[in-house]
Amino acid sequence: MDPHIQSYKKLGGVLGVLLVLTAVTVGVSRLDLGSLSLGVAMVIAGTKSALVLLFFMHLKYESWLIRGSFLMTIGVLALFIGFMFWDVGFR
Amino acid sequence: MGSHHDTVGARTGMWLFLYTEIMLFGGLFVLYSAYYRMHAQAFISTGQELDTVLGSVNTVILLVSSFLVAAAITAVQRSQTKGAMALLTGAVLLGMVFLANKYLEWGHKFHLGIYPGSPGLEDSPPGRIVFYGLYYTITGLHALHIVMGMVLLIVCIAMIGFGRIQKERFLLLENCGLYWHLVDLIWIFIFPLFYLIL
Repeated sequence: MDPHIQSYKKLGGVLGVLLVLTAVTVGVSRLDLGSLSLGVAMVIAGTKSALVLLFFMHLKYESWLIRGSFLMTIGVLALFIGFMFWDVGFR
Repeated sequence: MGSHHDTVGARTGMWLFLYTEIMLFGGLFVLYSAYYRMHAQAFISTGQELDTVLGSVNTVILLVSSFLVAAAITAVQRSQTKGAMALLTGAVLLGMVFLANKYLEWGHKFHLGIYPGSPGLEDSPPGRIVFYGLYYTITGLHALHIVMGMVLLIVCIAMIGFGRIQKERFLLLENCGLYWHLVDLIWIFIFPLFYLIL
């Protein structure tokens, strides 16, 4: 079993960053970035989910099997979304 | 560690289940992206009808509750039984506040006559109808997951109380925690896509 113990301080630090990123994404949405705004919001959401996955969900300390299969799942989902844009874009 | 507890297998199984959850919501997000491309303007203007403040508050609630669950695992690992139970209780209470906000939010929309199939919504442009259809489907499915996650956390609190979850044996708490974090993870994407004007 994974004997890794994460300190309260470290988990609190991760929470702090997550809250700051939430404030940033709300702030950025008020700016008029045009077509860039969706991309910026998704990059921030991606960063937040990476923090939750790596620290709260211990993905950082998991075996290659779990890390690899997780990346494959996200890859398949990205493929779905990519093909969908390809399909809709060339109609 | 007892030989009859296959922790690697149980945790791998939990992750496999999480992948199916990611695909379940992922499919709905694919649908969102397709309709966003077709009705970008309607999505942007309809998104402004949602309450950004309530959405932000719910985001903070879920992030803090995720932190509490992660901290509860640390507490169990340090044999701080009472602390772990208090942290998990805090997470369940935050889940309740989240659902109360959702109730207010949906209730307000229903009051305005905006719900799937409502006469007021049927006369709207197609993009607005689709936006609200996705909004109710995705946030509704997400709220069901919150309810399920709260039940799992309550089970964990009881198991800690009975000494079934402790320093040497906390896999159940880890797996229930993973589920709770996943629900948080999905909200991290729901929030900008629906509440922030894109």
